[in-house]
Amino acid sequence: MASLELRNVQKSYGNSQIATLKDIALKIDAGEFLILVGPSGCGKSTLMNCIAGLENITGGEILVDGEDISQASPKDRDIAMVFQSYALYPTMTVRDNIAFGLKMRKVPAAKIEEEVARVAKLLQIEPLLERKPSQLSGGQQQRVAMGRALARRPKIYLFDEPLSNLDAKLRVEMRTEIKLMHQRLKTTTVYVTHDQIEAMTLGDKVAVMKDGVIQQFGTPHEIYNNPANLFVASFIGSPPMNFVPLRIRQRDGRWVGVLNSEQGSCELPLPITSDDGLRDRELILGIRPEQIGLAGVGTADFSLAVDIEVVEPTGPDTLVVFTLNQVKACCRLMPDQAPRVGETLNLQFDPRKALLFDAQTGERLGVVQPEPVRESKVPRLVSNGAGTAQ
Amino acid sequence: MSDFAQPRLTLGRLTIHATLLLACAVYLVPLIVMLLTSFKTPEDIRTGNLLSWPEAFSAMGWLTAWDSIGGYFWNSVKIVLPAVLISTALGAINGYVLSMWRFRGSQLFFGLLLFGCFLPFQVILLPASFTLGKLGLANTTTGLVLVHVVYGLAFTTLFFRNFYVSVPDALVRAARLDGAGFFTIFGRILLPMSVPIIMVCLIWQFTQIWNDFLFGVVFASGDTQPVTVALNNLVNTSTGAKQYNVDMAAAMIAGLPTLVVYVVAGKYFLRGLTAGAVKG
Ligand SMILES: Nc1ncnc2c1ncn2[C@@H]1O[C@H](COP(=O)(O)OP(=O)(O)O)[C@@H](O)[C@H]1O
Ligand SMILES: [Mg+2]
Repeated sequence: MASLELRNVQKSYGNSQIATLKDIALKIDAGEFLILVGPSGCGKSTLMNCIAGLENITGGEILVDGEDISQASPKDRDIAMVFQSYALYPTMTVRDNIAFGLKMRKVPAAKIEEEVARVAKLLQIEPLLERKPSQLSGGQQQRVAMGRALARRPKIYLFDEPLSNLDAKLRVEMRTEIKLMHQRLKTTTVYVTHDQIEAMTLGDKVAVMKDGVIQQFGTPHEIYNNPANLFVASFIGSPPMNFVPLRIRQRDGRWVGVLNSEQGSCELPLPITSDDGLRDRELILGIRPEQIGLAGVGTADFSLAVDIEVVEPTGPDTLVVFTLNQVKACCRLMPDQAPRVGETLNLQFDPRKALLFDAQTGERLGVVQPEPVRESKVPRLVSNGAGTAQ
Repeated sequence: MSDFAQPRLTLGRLTIHATLLLACAVYLVPLIVMLLTSFKTPEDIRTGNLLSWPEAFSAMGWLTAWDSIGGYFWNSVKIVLPAVLISTALGAINGYVLSMWRFRGSQLFFGLLLFGCFLPFQVILLPASFTLGKLGLANTTTGLVLVHVVYGLAFTTLFFRNFYVSVPDALVRAARLDGAGFFTIFGRILLPMSVPIIMVCLIWQFTQIWNDFLFGVVFASGDTQPVTVALNNLVNTSTGAKQYNVDMAAAMIAGLPTLVVYVVAGKYFLRGLTAGAVKG
């Protein structure tokens, strides 16, 4: 168990002009589970390799337990990594795969035996110990890859998209298992994924990356409810947040945005106090599908009649698509509330959760809602302000 | 195999088989002629035709041939074994470095090495003999081994480099995190995976070096000459009547080792050559 801190970590590959990692800064406490998410090619694997020491950083510092390890060789960092491709040694048995790191560290044979047995029991791979990797299924290989990392009891685990090669069902199972394992072992973990369900469910902290820059670093709850910019808002959430172009006007001293449908229009109060020059900018309203619901009887506030264009039952809930300010928007209803295509539905928008973005820069605008009190005891390290990329 | 229905015998299929048989015959007939002739007596050769069966199998040709080139056969063994082993071992390490531990200029280095594959033997004769002379290795077995090793390195490096390029980098990264160093990773992880390409390399180098004539003629003399040169001397002697049975037997003796190597390890050769072709 160890804390991990990155101070303005930079990485450029030799031949390229553009830095792959730009001033990456974050800190997690001992035992915390950090999720790195971002689109393919944004530098997640590069960052993992830098932490592990497989790539040299070109600037900044990497601190483990407050000690700068950025010049140490990989084997001296006491960090274990699970690779997306598993990278099991093909000519060794499962037992030797797990024992290899211990042998290299000159652990006595009896101790190795004990450790392999412990890991095999933990991961339920005891019957597989004498097999070669090629004789294992994808899920079993995945377990062995994890076993190899667990055997050494390192200070930090790095997982680089460990579940992305598994089928959907196995992925869900392994996700739960990884979570259980982390709750038991409490080892500091950095976990890369582009699966946002993994990001939301596993992490104590989430760092959203794009083009080598951390867009936002915070708890899953913060990232979801208080995204720092349009990119973060669009990346997290499924189905994704609706983004609707918006005109604003002043009514009774408050700023409101106008929503139009084929059936009419309504005005939504906005979280801004002055126009801050907003009137000259193109704005985008962000509102999540679950923040749009059926308007109750007699609650005409912020409600709007829309024509239903597509209905997609997903099982637990039904997605309904309609047009809002000339773009397609989606809301999430209970299956028994679901209308049929062509019907007109009265929808209500939750103005407290609506977010405002600058269409040009993607910057978050207006007042950021205070974080609701949560039961979590994890202290928040960074409370992001609107539009700040950490 | 048993799952497939036996293909029906059609005209097209017959044509294919006939063509294949013909091709086989074209390649096999010289061998058969050589074998038959080597077991005939000189009279038998004069009276019979090329494909006639020997009247009595005589080992005389083989014994005489062995007497005259047997010593040179061992010369060849003494040249080939170290040359093949050293060039394969160095090629493996070169290939490992060039694929897994790229350094500044390693691409250029590899390009130059590749260029070495296209150098004809003749081009390096003078520089090589100059170098051997300077090293005091002229006309020695060691010198000939050195020339073969240096010339073969381009090929062996290419083989191993291309094989290791298809091995995922993550394997080496995982091993580094596990605490393994340069040679441990090579010896414990990569080398055990390399059996197919080692086989390719061994067979290729064995064939090249065993069958080499030019280097043998130029860089060895007298007692250190390889069997190919001895065979040439034997066959091209102009004194006395031509002893075809001895010539044929000697040629068989000189060619046998490569034949054996292909029969024993041939399946690895095909497997190894195609191994790098399919990327995971
Ligand atoms: N060894 C390398 N040399 C040069 N560029 C690289 C190397 N590895 C990765 N990159 C580049 O760095 C960027 C980030 O890659 P990566 O970290 O693998 O992304 P991710 O894991 O987020 O998909 C990509 O644009 C990629 O082309
Ligand atoms: Mg990656």
